[in-house]
Amino acid sequence: MAKAINIKDLSVVFGKNKQRQAAIDMLDSGKTAQEIREATGATVAVKNVDFDVEEGELFVIVGLSGSGKSSFIRTLNLLNRPATGSIEVDGKDLMDMTKDELRQYRRNDVSMVFQHFGLLSHRTVIGNVEYPLEVQGVDKKERRERSMEAIKMVGLDGWENHMPNQLSGGMRQRVGLARALTNDPEILLMDEPYSALDPLIRREMQNELLKLDDEMDRTIIFITHDMNEAFRMGDRIALMKDAEVVQLGTPEEFFEKPANQYVKDFIADVDKTRILKVRNIMNKPSFVAKKGMAVKETLEKLKALDMKFVYVTDEKRKFLGYVTIEQLKKSQAKTIDKLINSDDTSIYRNLYIKDAWEKLNEAEFDLPVVDGKGRLRGILDYETVVEVLAH
Amino acid sequence: MFKLLNVFLTFPDDLTIDIAGPIDTFIDWLGDTFRVFLDGFVVFFTFLLDAVQNFLFFVPWWVYIVLLFIAVYKLYRLSTAFVLSTLLLLIMLLGFWDGTVYTLTIILVSVLISFVIGLPTGILMAKAPTAEKILKPILDMMQTLPSFVYLIPALMLFNTFGRVPAVVATFIYAVPPLIRLTYLGIKNVDESIVEAGESFGSTSMQMLYKIQLPQALSTIAAGVNQTTMMAVAMVVITSLIGARGVGRDVLRAVQQLNVGDGFAAGFAIVFLAIILDRLLQGIAQKLDMTAQGDEL
Ligand SMILES: Nc1ncnc2c1ncn2[C@@H]1O[C@H](COP(=O)(O)OP(=O)(O)OP(=O)(O)O)[C@@H](O)[C@H]1O
Ligand SMILES: [Mg+2]
Repeated sequence: MAKAINIKDLSVVFGKNKQRQAAIDMLDSGKTAQEIREATGATVAVKNVDFDVEEGELFVIVGLSGSGKSSFIRTLNLLNRPATGSIEVDGKDLMDMTKDELRQYRRNDVSMVFQHFGLLSHRTVIGNVEYPLEVQGVDKKERRERSMEAIKMVGLDGWENHMPNQLSGGMRQRVGLARALTNDPEILLMDEPYSALDPLIRREMQNELLKLDDEMDRTIIFITHDMNEAFRMGDRIALMKDAEVVQLGTPEEFFEKPANQYVKDFIADVDKTRILKVRNIMNKPSFVAKKGMAVKETLEKLKALDMKFVYVTDEKRKFLGYVTIEQLKKSQAKTIDKLINSDDTSIYRNLYIKDAWEKLNEAEFDLPVVDGKGRLRGILDYETVVEVLAH
Repeated sequence: MFKLLNVFLTFPDDLTIDIAGPIDTFIDWLGDTFRVFLDGFVVFFTFLLDAVQNFLFFVPWWVYIVLLFIAVYKLYRLSTAFVLSTLLLLIMLLGFWDGTVYTLTIILVSVLISFVIGLPTGILMAKAPTAEKILKPILDMMQTLPSFVYLIPALMLFNTFGRVPAVVATFIYAVPPLIRLTYLGIKNVDESIVEAGESFGSTSMQMLYKIQLPQALSTIAAGVNQTTMMAVAMVVITSLIGARGVGRDVLRAVQQLNVGDGFAAGFAIVFLAIILDRLLQGIAQKLDMTAQGDEL
């Protein structure tokens, strides 16, 4: 079972003892991190952060360089000790842990993938991947087996006996990911894992992680300074600025109600067609006909709603096709069953808008949106898409 | 008022203080207090030195030349192997083989002790800030002292001439680089690697054995090399307190103004130094596992 993380009033402060204490005393004074820095000389890297990460969530933190992202994520395995606040993992506060409990927590429950990989350069790929198991005292045979599994999972089989400096950046980061997965942690911390990679490999790694995330039951905290990456990956996103969280929400919420001008500017360059999925902007149809419905009843409904056609599903909402108003007017039949036209324009709801765009352009009607089991979930019309993109 | 003025006028002349006396007393006191301990020390070192020396003499000289050739060939290439074994052969031909074995014995034993004591000290310095604060200035000071200063206390402590004080003096003179480079090697391990180790729940010992020492290995090997070179330099000087070896040949030649012999013995020492240096550097490079991949 993945674990939930509850963060309350968390602050991280760097500085010499006296200055640090002065800064800590000012945390609740309503001053910004920058003002506190100017007043005391100590750096407030994370200031009064408060949110919950749900179990199994892919939670993204995004922000410019220096906004405190790393300082924050490093508190989640206590590489940084917070100045104030609490971090509860499944109800247990990390700050109350003894040295031993902390070591067990790091060994069993949480793993980190580092921006600059942090690979042990004196060990081979498999030597790196098995390290977390080695420190736990897992015996060699099991260690090798489990490491090979992780290596396969990230697609590096055949490379296990190479040294890290013989690998490309993308491959090194895969080693880092495999290493973080061997101890089967419930929480995966990723601090800008893909920032050092070139765009193509980056896209590939993003997709792989999303796929892995689908298959695994893990809570993932993912850090990036790239808004596009944030929106592609995140179930929810927290935008950090100057040590504080400016806005927290789903991608749609960011577009629909940005908290302030800063957020607006931040998301201005985001290519929404690559981020928003069809399901995010589809509409509910005002009327859907069920198989077996009477022609007369259907016709009346269409007239009343001023519709020219209607989509038809079976009892289980599986999408079947459509019936037009002309067909209904001419028809002598009792039910609409014989009138249904098949329709191959339906689109999958998890498609990015960019990928649905072509179909939408060609379509004469609104597009039916279906889920993985072929059930009708909504409709997508041209005007809505244009409007969303114009925002 | 005049009195005060007077103090000022005579002040610089009164400033000489007697430090030789107290130091003598202190060393004497040390010697007396730890006599049993020190005697045991002498017995142990004599045994160790004899063992090493007997072994070195037991192996015929040409075996060394063959082994050196093979080792250097593995570490470098054929031409280097050829040059270095020729140098060793020259030592033999110049008639300094026995002297070289005596010298090498003292070098090996002092480097061994340096390693046994220097490595843990370096580790301690890297891991404990207090040790770092205390040892750093001591190491700095030790490196500025001239080498023969170490002879006197070693001599007096052990109350005997010869090899044992020679080893102790050589050890004290030669150990600082090993300590320093062990310390630096561990301190300079990439922060991100140490953090990765930490994030997976390594204990302090696991961190040391599985991450810090392997990462620092080539730096430590460089420290062993430097320590060995300093031991070679010191070993000549220890002939002043009666240690047998090539150093004594140099000393005798100098005393008798025998320029030719002096040069010959000097060459023997230089050759030995070159051979040891190349050998240890080659090993240090091989140990640099982080660079290993680049060769493949
Ligand atoms: N160990 C430290 N000691 C002192 N100051 C620190 C330390 N770590 C971070 N800081 C400061 O805290 C602030 C936040 O840094 P942090 O690394 O968390 O930012 P970030 O959002 O991760 O930036 P980046 O995108 O560059 O990684 C910065 O002002 C930084 O200088
Ligand atoms: Mg960072």
